Amino acid sequence: MKLLTHNILTSKCLKGVTVGYPLGIVAKEIKVNEVEFNPEFISRMIQKVDWPALCKAAENLGHIDDLPSAVVDDYENNEEFLKKAHHFLMEIEVINGDLICPETGRKFPVTDGIPNMLANEDEV
Amino acid sequence: MSGRPEHQAPPEIFYGEDEARKYTRNTRMMEIQLVMSERAVELLCLPENQPCHIIDLGCGSGLSGETLTEQGHVWTGVDISSAMLGVAKEREVEGDLLLGDLGQGLPFRAGAFDGAISISALQWLCNADQKSHNPAKRLYIFFSSLYSCLNRGSRAVFQFYPENSSQVELITSQAMKAGFTGGLVVDYPNSTKAKKFFLCLMTGGQQPLPAALGVDSREDAPNCVAFSQKRDRMKQLRAGKAPKKSRDWILEKKERRRRQGKETREDSKFTGRKRQSHVW
Repeated sequence: MKLLTHNILTSKCLKGVTVGYPLGIVAKEIKVNEVEFNPEFISRMIQKVDWPALCKAAENLGHIDDLPSAVVDDYENNEEFLKKAHHFLMEIEVINGDLICPETGRKFPVTDGIPNMLANEDEV
Repeated sequence: MSGRPEHQAPPEIFYGEDEARKYTRNTRMMEIQLVMSERAVELLCLPENQPCHIIDLGCGSGLSGETLTEQGHVWTGVDISSAMLGVAKEREVEGDLLLGDLGQGLPFRAGAFDGAISISALQWLCNADQKSHNPAKRLYIFFSSLYSCLNRGSRAVFQFYPENSSQVELITSQAMKAGFTGGLVVDYPNSTKAKKFFLCLMTGGQQPLPAALGVDSREDAPNCVAFSQKRDRMKQLRAGKAPKKSRDWILEKKERRRRQGKETREDSKFTGRKRQSHVW
């Protein structure tokens, strides 16, 4: 699961959850890949990304070094910033661990890079 | 193998390890999925030359996702079968994968995606696989969560196999209730084999539906895959009758002669026996 995906994931499908965002991460295994850099795509995603949630996630993974704490002005033309955003959004992958609902504490296990978002019958 | 898969078992059981492998190794299946995925992306009407963030609903082993990657998009896939997702992981597809039940709703933030595709998955949502399931409610939860996680102005295209018109009615009504506009595009409506249903849903208010393929009767339905043509021809050869000159054929012919009242030799153990070929 890439951090881009984590940034858009919520637990709001569960009963009794209002916002369910952002999900906490406890990671047992992480992988860093090399992914082709697409500045246009990253630029557009930055508009949608919740930057504080991204920083928090990177911190949970212990990879916080190097990630700017806020989006800079005129980021579309700032290749260095875009490259850093790309690295964190697309190249860091959680392989094993848990995602945690901030309101109920319910854990969603991540196995082999795939988060299990299936809810039990009594939870929906 | 009879009838519709969704009548045999819920999807996470039907698509177990064996079926998942078979599905993804079947070249005919792969080719059909590829063609349908390309058509679905075409119907999405995404802005040209722009990489988009797409959700693949019922992504299975990633066959349709690969089309998205090929066209330069970044995608996330959701499926209920861990066996199918396992195959996708083995095939090292680019998209992020999630194990989830579409009928429980999509767990994403508002406006997360620029579009959605779904190939051969929607019909599975119409069955109640558990006692507590209410298909209409599940469809509504699915469509309303999809509506919210799509960017305003983006579309969702579903290729699916409706069982009957009331199923189409059920699906469309829940989608409209959730706020979508749009409708059904039926490609090659006059061909039993090539006919394909695409539900095209829009979030940006009422817009004209894209044109269907093969509606102009002069246009030939594509014979999509060479395999199926050959299989048909084989079936047409002496359908229901014994192959020529075999013992069974000889016995049938003799019966016919008897019924016609013609003089016929008695059947014996020597009837239609293999003769040694002579060299004259």
